Parts: sequence; C-alpha cells; structure tokens
Amino acid sequence: MKLTLKIWRQKDSKSKGQMVDYKVTEISEHMSFLEMMDVLNEQLVNSGEEPVAFDHDCREGICGMCSMYINGEAHGPDRGVTTCQLHMRMFNDGDTITIEPFRAAAFPVIKDLAVDRSAFDRIQHSGGYISVNTSGNTQDANSIPISKHAADTAMDAATCIGCGACVATCKNSSAMLFVGAKVSQYALLPQGQVEAADRVKNMVAQMDLEGFGNCTNTGACEVECPKGISLDTIARMNRELMKASI
Amino acid sequence: MALDSKVPKGPIKDKWTTYKDQINLVNPANKRHIDVIVVGTGLAGGSAAATLAELGYNVKAFAYQDSPRRAHSIAAQGGINAAKNYQGDGDSTYRLFYDTVKGGDYRSREANVYRLAEVSSNIIDQCVAQGVPFARDYGGLLDNRSFGGVLVSRTFYAKGQTGQQLLLGAYSAMNRQIARGKIEMFNRHEMLDVVIVDGKARGIIARDLVTGEIERHSAHAVVVASGGYGNVYFLSTNAMGSNVTASWKIHKKGAYFANPCYTQIHPTCIPRSGDYQSKLTLMSESLRNDGRIWVPKHLKDVEAIKAGTLKPTQLKEEDRDYFLERRYPAFGNLVPRDVASRAAKERCDAGYGVNATGEAVYLDFAASFERYGKEQAKIHNLVNPTEAKIKELGQEIVKAKYGNLFQMYEKIIDQNPYETPMMIYPAVHYTMGGIWVDYNLMTTIPGCYAIGEANFSDHGANRLGASALMQGLADGYFVLPYTIGDYLADDIRTGKISTETPEFEAAEKSVKDSIDFFINNKGTRSVDYYHKKLGKIMWDKCGMSRNAEGLKEAIEEISALRKDFWQNVSVPGGDKQFNEELAKAGRVADFLELGELFAKDALVREESAGGHFREEHQTPEGEAKRLKEFQFVSAWEYKGEPKDAVLHKEPLKYENIEVKERSYK
Ligand SMILES: Cc1cc2nc3c(=O)[nH]c(=O)nc-3n(C[C@H](O)[C@H](O)[C@H](O)COP(=O)(O)OP(=O)(O)OC[C@H]3O[C@@H](n4cnc5c(N)ncnc54)[C@H](O)[C@@H]3O)c2cc1C
Ligand code: SF4
Ligand code: FES
Repeated sequence: MKLTLKIWRQKDSKSKGQMVDYKVTEISEHMSFLEMMDVLNEQLVNSGEEPVAFDHDCREGICGMCSMYINGEAHGPDRGVTTCQLHMRMFNDGDTITIEPFRAAAFPVIKDLAVDRSAFDRIQHSGGYISVNTSGNTQDANSIPISKHAADTAMDAATCIGCGACVATCKNSSAMLFVGAKVSQYALLPQGQVEAADRVKNMVAQMDLEGFGNCTNTGACEVECPKGISLDTIARMNRELMKASI
Repeated sequence: MALDSKVPKGPIKDKWTTYKDQINLVNPANKRHIDVIVVGTGLAGGSAAATLAELGYNVKAFAYQDSPRRAHSIAAQGGINAAKNYQGDGDSTYRLFYDTVKGGDYRSREANVYRLAEVSSNIIDQCVAQGVPFARDYGGLLDNRSFGGVLVSRTFYAKGQTGQQLLLGAYSAMNRQIARGKIEMFNRHEMLDVVIVDGKARGIIARDLVTGEIERHSAHAVVVASGGYGNVYFLSTNAMGSNVTASWKIHKKGAYFANPCYTQIHPTCIPRSGDYQSKLTLMSESLRNDGRIWVPKHLKDVEAIKAGTLKPTQLKEEDRDYFLERRYPAFGNLVPRDVASRAAKERCDAGYGVNATGEAVYLDFAASFERYGKEQAKIHNLVNPTEAKIKELGQEIVKAKYGNLFQMYEKIIDQNPYETPMMIYPAVHYTMGGIWVDYNLMTTIPGCYAIGEANFSDHGANRLGASALMQGLADGYFVLPYTIGDYLADDIRTGKISTETPEFEAAEKSVKDSIDFFINNKGTRSVDYYHKKLGKIMWDKCGMSRNAEGLKEAIEEISALRKDFWQNVSVPGGDKQFNEELAKAGRVADFLELGELFAKDALVREESAGGHFREEHQTPEGEAKRLKEFQFVSAWEYKGEPKDAVLHKEPLKYENIEVKERSYK
C-alpha cells in the first residue's frame, strides 16, 4: 500500500504545532498501525530527520500507552481495540490518513503525538486504592466470600487500561468513564466499602481540579473505549457520589 | 570475590522464620531518616516501593513509562501460583517448592525457592485485601485452575488479565503511599548508572526522558527491579521498552550477572508475518489443553498449502504429522514449554513450516469441536445431530473457554480460527538469568539489591507458568522489606547522602559523555538496524538450540557488530528533549554487550537444561541431557569487554529433593 499521512508535529509543550504531510510506500496490510509508523520513522531517521514521537510499549492492547487520534477517532476506525492492535487492512491503498494527538486541556502535548496523562495518576492518588497495610498480616483471602457476579462486574470495570480515549473522544473532555470504572471496581467489592464515601468524593473533586469537563451523557466514550467499559459505571459513580453527599 | 549465598543454617522449613527472628531491625522512628531508591515499578518494584514506604522508609521510585501502571508486568495473562490448597487436592508448601525446583531442571537455589513457596499463600491474601478481583466460584470463594505440568490446581487468575490486575493492585498500594508523601514517583525517568561510595551503592544517575536533564539521586540503598532482558532478541513477547540497562550498569560496577543464557521460549505465540514485525504476541498456553499440534507429513502438501491450492482442513488425517503426540505419547500436546517449542522448530527447520516465512505449525481445534459437540448433543438429547450441528455445539464450548484468544488471533492474522487451524510458533518470552543475589536478594555490591525478573534466583533453567508473577510479588511485598532492614540497620546515623561528591560527579560525567557521543556521532545507520541484526544472531545461534561452533561465531559476530555500532550509529535530534531514539541507542548499546556475555555463558554450559539445548548433549532420542558437573550457577564478573568476563561458580546442593531425570515420554 502507498499512503499519505497528515501528522501533527509539535516540538514540545510550549511550541506551536502544525500538520505535516508524509508519504509511505510498501505498507503491508498485515502490519499494525504502529508498525506502519515504525516504517515512517525509519525513513525519517535514515534521512537525518527527527522521527515522529508517539507513546507505546506493550503493543498488545493492555498497557494503555498508545494514544493516537486517527481520522477523527481515538485509536482509529476499528472498534474495541487500541492503536497498537489496529491493523493496516482497515485502510485502502492510496488513502490519506490524519494522525493527531489525543486533545484535551488536561492532557498537554509533550511532543508530536505524545501527551501527558499524569492527571489520571493524580486522580488515583486522591483515593483510587483500598487502605490496607502491605505487611502481609491480612486475613485469609477466602474469609470474605464475594459473589461471582460482584467479582465479575468488578473485574469488568477493572479492565480499564487508563488510555484516555474516553477523554479524547468526549466533546467536553470528560474523564467520567475512567473515574467511573475506578470507583465501580472498589464499590462492588466488600473490601472497598469502609472508605467508599471519601473515595468517590475525593476522586471526583480531583477530576474537576484537573480541568476535565462534565458529562452530558453523549455516550461517545463508551463507543470508543477499547475495553468496553460501560456507561453503567458512570451511573454507579453518580449513585456513590449521591450516597456520599447525604 | 568468592560467592557467599548467605543461606541460613537449619532445616529448610525453618530457615526463613529463624532468619526473620534473628536479623537486625530498624526502629520505626529511624526509618524516616533512611532513603531507598527503587528502579522499576512492575510487580516487583511496585510492591517493594509500597511496602518499604508503608514501613516508614522514604522511597524514590523510577520508571521509564509515564505511569507505574504501565510496567511490562501488566501484560501477563495466565495466572499466579500459591500453595493454598483451597481445592483440597493435596497441595502444600513442599509440593509447590518441589514442582518449582524440578520445573527449573534443578538449577535454582533450594532455600530461595522454598521461601517463595512459603510466602506464596500470603500474596493472595494481600492482593484480595487490596481489591484484586480474582475469579470466584458460585459460592463466592476463589477459583483456581491448573497450569502446565503440575498435578494440583493452584493457579489463581483474573480472566486472561492476571498480570494487569496484580499490577493495578501494587499500583494502588503505591498510590496510597504517594498520597502520603512516602513515595516520590519519577515517571518517564531512566536510570543510567549506579553510584558507589566507599564500596556501597549510594545513588543513581537518571535521565528525565521529557526534558533530557541528567539528575543525581542519592539513597542509602538501591533496589533494581527493572525486569528481564528478552528484548536482546529484538523480537520477543516483551514490551518494546523492556531493557537490560539498569542491570547491565550495576553489572559493570561490580554486580555479578548470573546464568545469562537461560531464556524461556514460549510455544504458543502468533508467528512472525514479515520483516517489519516489531514484536510477537503471546497466546495463553492453556490453548494446548484442547488444541492438537501438527504439520503435513509430506513436503508436497506443505508447498500446496503455501501456494494456496490446498486448505489445511482438506488434508487427510493420515497425511498429517501430529509430531508431539508421535514423539511424546504420555504427555502429547501438553509437554513442557521447552519440549514443545523445540519440536516445532525442528519440524520447521526441516521444511514443514506452513506459513509464508516457513515458521509456523498448526494448532487445530477440530477434534475438540467434535468431542465437545458430541457431548453437548448427548446432554441436550439430540437424536442424530448433523455434523454441522455437532461442530456448532462444540465451537460454543471452545468459545466460552478461549473466545478472547480466538478473537485476538483473528484481529492479528485475519483468519477465522473456528474455520481453519491456528498457526503458532515459539517466541522468546522470559529470562531466568539475571543479576546474582544472595539469600537477602543483595547483589555483590553492598547496598544494591535486585528483585523480580531482574534477579536470577528462583527459576533455574526453565520456568513453569505462573511462577514469575509469584516471585515478583514475593520479593517485593514479603522478602526484601525484611532483608533490606538487616543491612540498613547500620545506616541509622549516616544522615542524608550528599550528591555533591566526586563519585556522583564521575558517574554523571560518564553518562553525559555517552549521550554526547550519540548526539554528535552523525553516523549512517539507525539504532533499530543494529538491534535487528543482534536479534538475528541471537535467535539463529543462541536460540532454542545451540552448539559450540555457532556460539563461537555469535561471539565474534556480536563483537564486530558492536564495533560497527560505535562507529556508524545515527541518532537524530538533541539531548535536551524528548528523544526516544536517544533512549533506544543507550539500551541497544547495553544489549550489544549482554548478547556477547549470553553467548559466552551458553558456550561454557556444556549440557542441555530446560530451554537451553546444547545439540552436542542430547540423548539418542534427541532429548535434553543434563550433566551433574554443571549443577551450578554461573556468575560473571565484569572485567571490561564481555570476552574478558570472569566466571564464578555457585555450586547447587539439593538436600531436600532428590535430583531426577525429567522424562515426558
Ligand atoms: C506476554 C507475557 C505473559 C506472561 N504471563 C505470565 C503469567 O501468566 N504468569 C507469570 O507468572 N508470569 C508471566 N509472565 C512473566 C512476568 O510477567 C514477568 O516476569 C514479570 O511481570 C516481571 O516483573 P518485574 O516487576 O520483574 O518487571 P517489569 O514488570 O518488567 O517491570 C520493569 C520496570 O522497570 C522499569 N525500568 C526498566 N528499565 C529501567 C531503567 N533503566 N530506568 C528506570 N526504570 C526502568 C520499567 O519502567 C518497569 O517499571 C509473562 C510475560 C509476558 C511477556
Ligand atoms: S474507560 Fe476505556 S477509554 Fe477510558 S481510559 Fe479506561 S479503557 Fe481507556
Ligand atoms: S502499546 Fe500498550 S496498549 Fe497499545
């Protein structure tokens, strides 16, 4: 395949960015999107130019690092996948592909396509944990039975990879799906109950502080989430918040 | 220096308890005055950082990713072992210990493995308390599954995402300490050297990967938890950034590197499809419970399949070679990883590989569809069901078990594995070698520790599934926090370690010099060019099977490649910026040295053990032959070029287990 790539280039967080056109040839349909980017970068390095910076690590759809906005969609045109799992067979020979960073005020650009998502970490610091000592003096794991349904639903919420696609795709740059997933995991488990009220209040407060927008129930986040996190988690978070506020 | 493993005296089952009773402790009020650096925030580093902070030490943690939650541990799928005996099937600490030592081909240290088995059940309690959503049965209790080669069900799991959930558990424990100010987290920071003052590890030099600033960080002790070095092969199932740099830098400053040639090769990965491939994807080994592995018997059929004129499903049963079932009738498709991997490679090398690159064998579920389908038809009282109906019913059962893996395969290969057999090929997966540590997990540098995949101690020559996660968390939550106290007890009056000393100065200068070299070299070849070349030498000559001649060639070739690298490598961009090529250049430079030591270690080890198969040392049936005189750990001391490295041996004594031949016939 031969492709034209329109890529956002931005030197660092302070510089202004712009779209730049590149051509790549000999792209195999079996390549992943990131392997296609590797081909471009090898080409750039060989001609002494700076390669396009982008975040990636596991290339298996699990670390949440890769974060490209492709043809106007977070993680590109395929459903339920991250950019590293997107394959070039989703495109046609001769296509022009637009590639941008995830855009949100709370995710400043570091360089080119790499953005700073540490706001997610700070939300977690504010309460995304269960306060248990790590001394090993915990009670036997089977001493508190947990229904299979609760465990499975908690697991569904816990599969969030913290990629930020939900934020990037939301017209309000809301982080509700992410925070909803985190709050839900702990709200569904007996171990998380003791501090449930403080947890949800603190996490929501931190989310606002970081400059994420509000949820207006558009549902775009659920559509673009590579891990199928459901809007139910947002509803559960809102319920938890109500409970905590009365 | 003679190697002293510091294994405590006394019966194996009392060693750890007695040891804990006798070591020095640091008074809680004094821990506030002690700083510890933890490099790496995977399962090992994350759990260690959280626990050390909980105990009261000031922790500085470093990771090259943008968040601890993205460490490579996140990718582990299968599960984690623990001797809980919840299933009442006879599991015990001894049995887990026994299985692990045997699975490691009697090349790991007895006392360490026993301790690992002993603390294993604590790990599950800890993780559940932290909110890890392990799989449950309908009664609300924890569920278990069984993993390759063992006779009990002791593997705890969270769907196919066990590593992710365990890491998020450790990360949440870290978050709590970060919020309390007890952990200072340095994301997007790479450790580039260790600083030794008066013979003790007292700090590190790190580079801020965003700004390019070189920083000095001091501490009373340094813990390296930077993971494994599988990426020395370029293609592996490891994350792209996984590297040996932290381990290699401490090796160069005096930490011995143990058993570098011990690599775990995993049989069920998605095959390479072309030269552009950047990494390999693993599919859970559980697939081998229901899939049958085969290649065509006749080369003409291989050609027809490659040419697309014959579909694998059209090939008659008698024209297929179920090579594992043929060679190993007792274990069949369920032989251990090393045996399955080698057998597949043997068939492909002989020309029977079924994909375009000739590096794939079939993993076929047709027989399972039929078997499960017939069973379902009986259960549902279907009279004379059609073949199609049986297949459909069977597929539903298989889908319930492995649906996500089938889906992942289809996404990558673009073939429907329900209709046509999957293709698989072995890939480099895990490294059992690493920095040599004693019973305290301390390296040969005082005050410098190595934990998790970065150390060598618990896995020997092979690795069973589900034991690496266990080791990472055991080291981090339950072992290091005790053993490090014994050392730090002498440091309560030391006070802050200054970074304004000649030692920090010198270490910083050498780091800066090497960065300046890369930026100014203006060569003609990319970093990846060298990494791929190194990977090819490693796979061809230091891969699943090795021989003396090939290893000698590899040593020469790697040494020549390294020379070329230092002349012709090209790194665009500057140093005071986010520059991934620069970071990669440093990592590949270290792989180019490690690769040579790896080959040298393999050459010395004149026996076959686990995934390490020396062609000269096999039984008449082509099976691995272990030799008593090689029952030792090889620990290498750095002396300049890898070819000058000096070998030290730690003999391995087995007092609680009888050393037996493994046989899977
Ligand atoms: C696909 C896959 C599946 C697996 N499945 C299983 C399984 O089911 N069960 C099992 O038991 N094991 C499994 N394993 C093995 C297991 O995942 C690893 O051995 C284990 O997670 C390693 O953990 P770790 O904490 O030692 O290192 P890692 O998780 O690799 O963490 C390394 C850390 O070090 C940091 N780092 C590295 N270099 C530097 C540096 N120079 N400076 C600063 N920071 C640095 C990284 O940022 C990271 O935080 C699997 C492995 C793979 C690849
Ligand atoms: S909720 Fe989905 S889209 Fe949002 S961070 Fe988690 S995985 Fe990514
Ligand atoms: S690189 Fe890890 S999810 Fe894409």
